[in-house]
Amino acid sequence: MSQVVLFNVFNGLIVGAFYALMALGLSLILNLSGVINFAHGGFLALGAYLAYTLIPYTGFWIALLVAPLLTAALGLVVERILIRPLYGQDPLYSLLLTFGLAYIFEDMTRLLWGAQSVPFQVPQWLMTSLSSQYFFLTGYRVFMMVIVAVAVGGLFAVLKYTRLGMRIRAGTRDLDTVSTLGVNVRVLRSLNFGIGIYMAGLAGVLAAGLLGLSPTIGANLIMPSFVAIIVGGLGSLLGTLLGGLLIGVVSGLAAVYFPSATEAVIYVMMGLVLLVRPRGLLGEEGRLH
Amino acid sequence: MPFWMNAIGGYTELATRIVVMGLAAMSLNFLLGFTGVLSFGHAAYFGLGAYGAAMAIKYLGVGSIPAILLGVVVATIAAMIIGALIVKLRGVYFAMVTIAFGQVFYFIAFRWNAVTGGDDGLTGWHRLPINFGFAEFDIYQNDRAFYYFALVIFAICVGAMALLLNSPFGRSLIAIRENERRARFLGVPIEFHVWLSFVISCLFVSAAGALYALLNNFTDPRALRVDLSGNLVIMAVLGGMRSFWGPLVGAAIFVALQDYVSSQTQNWMSVIGLVFVLVVRFFPRGVLGMLRGARA
Repeated sequence: MSQVVLFNVFNGLIVGAFYALMALGLSLILNLSGVINFAHGGFLALGAYLAYTLIPYTGFWIALLVAPLLTAALGLVVERILIRPLYGQDPLYSLLLTFGLAYIFEDMTRLLWGAQSVPFQVPQWLMTSLSSQYFFLTGYRVFMMVIVAVAVGGLFAVLKYTRLGMRIRAGTRDLDTVSTLGVNVRVLRSLNFGIGIYMAGLAGVLAAGLLGLSPTIGANLIMPSFVAIIVGGLGSLLGTLLGGLLIGVVSGLAAVYFPSATEAVIYVMMGLVLLVRPRGLLGEEGRLH
Repeated sequence: MPFWMNAIGGYTELATRIVVMGLAAMSLNFLLGFTGVLSFGHAAYFGLGAYGAAMAIKYLGVGSIPAILLGVVVATIAAMIIGALIVKLRGVYFAMVTIAFGQVFYFIAFRWNAVTGGDDGLTGWHRLPINFGFAEFDIYQNDRAFYYFALVIFAICVGAMALLLNSPFGRSLIAIRENERRARFLGVPIEFHVWLSFVISCLFVSAAGALYALLNNFTDPRALRVDLSGNLVIMAVLGGMRSFWGPLVGAAIFVALQDYVSSQTQNWMSVIGLVFVLVVRFFPRGVLGMLRGARA
């Protein structure tokens, strides 16, 4: 395969990893609480900007660790004050509220950090290429894939092996029964939300290094995350992960052969999936509501 | 200027915009408030109506009314196809899919520079005066004439919607909203009704879109974007989803507010976002919903 195709596929895989990371957070929140968090992109941007602010003081690595945690903390506050009262109501309201939050987040980041793109400092040694033949295999790109893999692996491990994870998984199937078994459902939803936002913040820090940082970074990444969830399958986290990677790669291939359709092609894929298999590739039956 | 505009210190173009957005919000509410289906992608059909009308005038040189009709036809066909794809979904998933489909059209309009003018929008055309042979209405030069033209279209569409909602079809839509399972047991063909409601709603929204393009003599991809969809939903909720005229009230408040705030501050986006948050937390039943409750 030519260098160009390889480059775009690899790039697509990386971007797909971002989509997947963000979509996983979205999916977690959606599955357990039935909330479409339109502000997810805003949290992503916030994570990136927080890291950007921290880097001059703490360096890249501490910022990578701390910024997502700070973002998750803010997420917990938002959940407690604004979103918790909406559980059990029509999903319309949480969608509208997070929609409004997205506006506010974008405007606030523009107010605090300016409307222009800002340079995001990544450690220099990461930027060098690892291979003379495949120039695009920079240390940063490989590093990002590793971090995403670790984060996703960590998430799946938490869900499978910890009590919290088990409760979350049970909650996505039947929250009422989980509640009658004595689990504090309010705390569960909060923690779940926090984990989801952590993923968004982490995705933000990583994405800023690759895509550059401007106030619209979140808005650009949120729509593909939606598509990743739809394509991968409603209710299935593995499906969301695969969906994200898949649309990333497809988008990358489109960049080679059909450059003007790079964004539209993921929606075409979504349309096809809806036509042929509405519950998504790995979706579960009966999850359409 | 329309006489009521003087009272609130507005201007003709603002009044026309309120009429247009009011129509759009009321069309959305046909689906949202009366059928209980959450569509967050109505901007797609609004924009298709706008682009359809604009391209008809620019490339085919038709008059204003044929332009509107063309815009409506294009958008309605799209709604029929897309509606068929998504009618099996409900709730949050339906909303997500409508958002996603809205964005496809946004990207098409954005990228297809040669035809749609890309991000700069479709310019170089303007609405033509209406010539019926026996009378000519100059709706191009005369802002006030265009306001009345828009009002006529508004009245026709709203009248049609009212007729539909008061018919047995409309009652079955409300039944679907209140308790879908029970409606299904009663033999109401749910998927077909939801699809039809979706198509009707998109039809009228596209008429509003076409009017919007004619109003500005311009259209751009922003007419297709998800923020417009969100704005339409908040207009419906703000005015009162469960009442027929609610969305018009919501549209009036929203458009006037947006106009005022954007002239006062750069951070109008935060204010609009704040409106969303406040409405959801404190006024979920909307203005007319609250008034109705106060009376009862």
